Amino acid sequence: MQKTATLDADDMADSSIKSSVKVTNANPLDITDEHVTVGSYEVNNAKMSIKNVNVYYGDKQAIFDVSVDIGKNEVIAMIGPSGCGKSTFLRALNRMNDTVDGCRVEGDIRMDGQDLYSPKLDVVELRARVGMVFQKPNPFPKSIYDNVAYGPKIHGLADTRVDLDEMVERSLRRASLWDEVKDRLYQAGTGLSGGQQQRLCIARAIAVSPEVILMDEPCSALDPIATARIEELIEELSQNFTIAIVTHSMQQAARVSQRTAYFHLGKLIEVNPTEQVFTMPEHALTESYITGRFG
Amino acid sequence: MQANDVFFLLMGLSALAFYMGRGRSLEIAGELRGIRNLHSLPNYYGYYTALWCGLPALLLLCLWIIVDDPVIIAVVMDSLPGEVLPSNSVEHTLLANKINNLAVGVLPSAGQSEVLISAAQQLRDLTQLSRWGMAATVLCLALIGLAWGRSFVAAKFRARQRVEKVVQYALFACACLAIFTTLGIVLSVLFESLQFFKSVPVDDFVLGLEWSPQTAIRADQVGSSGSFGAVPLFVGTLLVSVVAMCIAVPVGLMSAIYLAEYANRSVRAYAKPALEILAGIPTVVYGFFAALTVAPYLRDLGESFGLSVSSESALAAGAVMGVMIIPFISSLADDVITAVPQAMRDGSLAMGATHSETVRRVVIPAALPGIVAGIMLAVSRAIGETMIVVMASGMAANLTFNPLDSVTTVTVQIVTLLTGDQEFDSPKTLAAFALGLMLFIVTLILNIVALQVVKRFREQYE
Repeated sequence: MQKTATLDADDMADSSIKSSVKVTNANPLDITDEHVTVGSYEVNNAKMSIKNVNVYYGDKQAIFDVSVDIGKNEVIAMIGPSGCGKSTFLRALNRMNDTVDGCRVEGDIRMDGQDLYSPKLDVVELRARVGMVFQKPNPFPKSIYDNVAYGPKIHGLADTRVDLDEMVERSLRRASLWDEVKDRLYQAGTGLSGGQQQRLCIARAIAVSPEVILMDEPCSALDPIATARIEELIEELSQNFTIAIVTHSMQQAARVSQRTAYFHLGKLIEVNPTEQVFTMPEHALTESYITGRFG
Repeated sequence: MQANDVFFLLMGLSALAFYMGRGRSLEIAGELRGIRNLHSLPNYYGYYTALWCGLPALLLLCLWIIVDDPVIIAVVMDSLPGEVLPSNSVEHTLLANKINNLAVGVLPSAGQSEVLISAAQQLRDLTQLSRWGMAATVLCLALIGLAWGRSFVAAKFRARQRVEKVVQYALFACACLAIFTTLGIVLSVLFESLQFFKSVPVDDFVLGLEWSPQTAIRADQVGSSGSFGAVPLFVGTLLVSVVAMCIAVPVGLMSAIYLAEYANRSVRAYAKPALEILAGIPTVVYGFFAALTVAPYLRDLGESFGLSVSSESALAAGAVMGVMIIPFISSLADDVITAVPQAMRDGSLAMGATHSETVRRVVIPAALPGIVAGIMLAVSRAIGETMIVVMASGMAANLTFNPLDSVTTVTVQIVTLLTGDQEFDSPKTLAAFALGLMLFIVTLILNIVALQVVKRFREQYE
């Protein structure tokens, strides 16, 4: 059970970010079932709000009682050691875990107040609103054009060929890939370089104008230059989209995100503005991680 | 001593050589304190010695077996007095066979001329001598090889690379064997076909519309020429194959999609083996199923609609053949669909595509090359299938595109031309080879076309 004591909302009316009272443990490096998320895990203008979420793979529990809000048009980074459940958590947000056999999600995940796990919800529509970019670039074995046009086609977003052309161009421009591929739109998307492929996947995701984009370590398979391009892109995209990004690189989290969430063994330890997490983390575990004591 | 005795002795010697080579290397290792100081593991030295012992001797053995008989026969024939020797080569061979039979004892010696009996005796003696000579030479060579190979064993000797080189050559030899066998078959069919085309012009065969290979025995009989137009046979083959593929491709493909994409684990666990049992039924069983159950049923069904269906119809044969091919297509397609990376499906699902959109627009295009390859294999099988067609679609070489009629196929005609007592110089028999050659060319062209199609339309992942 989450035991975070949150101050009364009225007291914090001047601030958009609610803050929790810091509870100190006897030994801060021990996390027990009675663990507490420290920091500002709730926001006022929440796009998505996640409350007390548990995720199980069969009998094994992967996520323990996670609660966090994702604000509108913010970039939230999720960091933590390997196997801490960051990706699992991310995949719970657009119900990609449904495709995994034996995976079960408990708790309350809402977007704009709508329960994402309600039986009435249309998963297909949800995934059109919450796009996803994967760790390894996974363009379809089709032409560059068809890759980007895929989403608009299946959702019937374009009435004419001209509309579709426009949509493809706009998405490619926003993914800052247009200039590189405009002369070979009808060649295979798999023929691009790794960084270009990943930007193609981002273009593909934004072509259906989602509200939230989930990125699961989008740069881990890329070289530093391609990574820099993607990071620039994330910054541009954050003007129009809400972005949740899982990353292994703390520098990347520091560069692109406004808030950072630190996960440890399936538990959300701390959520705070990125600057604070990297300069004066509240929780001892966070500090150990960012100073490189483990991870 | 027979050649197989020598062979087994040789194997025994090689095993011994293995242990000797290995033992020698262990000895060396002992002096150097540990096998880590050897270049290769002791087993490699063993294999190396064994190869030196066995391989040259084995080659010699093979050579000896091949050369042995002709040489001995030639020697015996040479020693015959000139007046016994016939002039032409056919009788020469006959005489050699006679002497051989006398020597083996198949032909009783009573009543044969002295010259031949003594020749047979000489043949026996020479064979005996050759066998002992072979055993002695081969085993000697093996022992020399053993000593030679063992003498190489040293700490710095690269036995590992040498052994692997030999393995590489062995692999190459196996690949060559497969290719040369195919080449041999093609050439033999080709030469017999050329023989056939001497009596029947090529264009009559390829473009002729009438097939009735019955040739009269006497030249003055009616219909003595026979007609060898292959078109009705190829049309029949095409018709039956098309019917079969019309059933097998959709059903096989869809069952593969169901099994690979939708079925849960327990359904899969039962459905896949069940399909494979279908593949294991002998075609002759399918054949009488087609002839005795499906064909009459189709005829009755056709009658109730007012259609006249022949009791041996292309439709019946094709339908049953299609059922036979279903597991073939579904199992191959299932494999390639399962091999499409999960990342493709995730990418599509994360775009808000439904499962069936994902299958239709991403998974199937990605798996297409494999699926087409599977279908091509299935087509080749359909064209080559004989038993079902023999039993269910008849022998009448009708030139028709109506699947309700009785037709015959290339393979069926090959069977009827070559079964029973045949003379191997009449066009009737040789036609079988020409048909085989045509069939081979047609399937070859089909395969090449299919490969090109796949190359053009393949959507490559990774």
